[in-house]
Amino acid sequence: MGERIIVGISDQKIASNPDVLVSYALGSCVGICIYDNVMRIAGLAHILLPDSANRQDNINVYKYADTAIERLIISMERKGCVRYRLTAKISGGANMFSSIGKSVGEKNIEAVKKELVRLRIRMIAEDTGGNFGRTLEFDSVSGMLLVKSIQRGNVII
Amino acid sequence: MESYDSFNELQRDVIREIGNIGAGNAATALAGILNNKVSITVPQLQIIDVGEIVSVLGGPEREVVGVLVNMTDDVEGMLLYILDDEFVEMVTELLLGEPFDNYRSINEIGLSALKEISNILSGSYINALSSMTNLDIRLSAPEIAIDMVGAILNYPAAQFGEMGDKLLLIEEDFISGGNSVKSHMLIMPDLESLTLILNRLGVK
Repeated sequence: MGERIIVGISDQKIASNPDVLVSYALGSCVGICIYDNVMRIAGLAHILLPDSANRQDNINVYKYADTAIERLIISMERKGCVRYRLTAKISGGANMFSSIGKSVGEKNIEAVKKELVRLRIRMIAEDTGGNFGRTLEFDSVSGMLLVKSIQRGNVII
Repeated sequence: MESYDSFNELQRDVIREIGNIGAGNAATALAGILNNKVSITVPQLQIIDVGEIVSVLGGPEREVVGVLVNMTDDVEGMLLYILDDEFVEMVTELLLGEPFDNYRSINEIGLSALKEISNILSGSYINALSSMTNLDIRLSAPEIAIDMVGAILNYPAAQFGEMGDKLLLIEEDFISGGNSVKSHMLIMPDLESLTLILNRLGVK
């Protein structure tokens, strides 16, 4: 049994076999889980907002979809991962309170998908949207993502 | 005002005072509907990191009731109540005379009661703020979510992502028949509104 590495909001971590990446209680946030199945290296970025444009200079790049994912990919490549092997699973992006217009969760999901396309990372699974919170456990051994929810129960993608 | 981090002592005192007046109003209003069975202590005001709030509230996966009220007109922003199972139990038992089992057992009437309590509390605080600043503040109908506290807090964190990740937290103890139950309220005017409020109070 590996170590559990906690990934906070606006943060990202990389784990290798046999460790597990854990991110608690995502609401509108999105967790982007990147995996290299040859290296058995897993990366998880937990973003809060879609877009870093029009922000101040000293932004936290881990906070935004359009800056965080690329940073994670580069960090994983530095550890020996190869871009064409990387796959993505994404989860979160819920709408906890009904909102007028497009919710932050929906905008986050959209921005993440757009960024994955730009970076040429294949998205192989997603569990997104709804109106419930999720906790993510991303296993570096198998690349499996366990999504836990009080409302909906657990699923593995 | 650049962020909530930059409050000075005088500004904190003024905000605390609004909290006190609001709590007094809230106690009076609640005493009415709960037949004087509840009193409220002097509120504790903290300016706190979003990440820290989660631990104050019992960890990210703790299941709570979140009630969201939006502020519009002169002041834009939101109020978010975080109510835990003890609070919900007290309200449902006192107000509805029904035993509380767990969150799944809350029915529509229970949800309405929680919204109503939140309405009364937010009205009490916002009236205090409004009369001290002479600003018009309109409150939306409350919305409710019952889920992991971390997930609920994503909402204000995303709306106010640029505000230095700090929020105003008011903690109150509701006392009923020797039991003391905590409620937490997050008040989040946007920065422009906050500056306006502090200007009006003469503590810019």
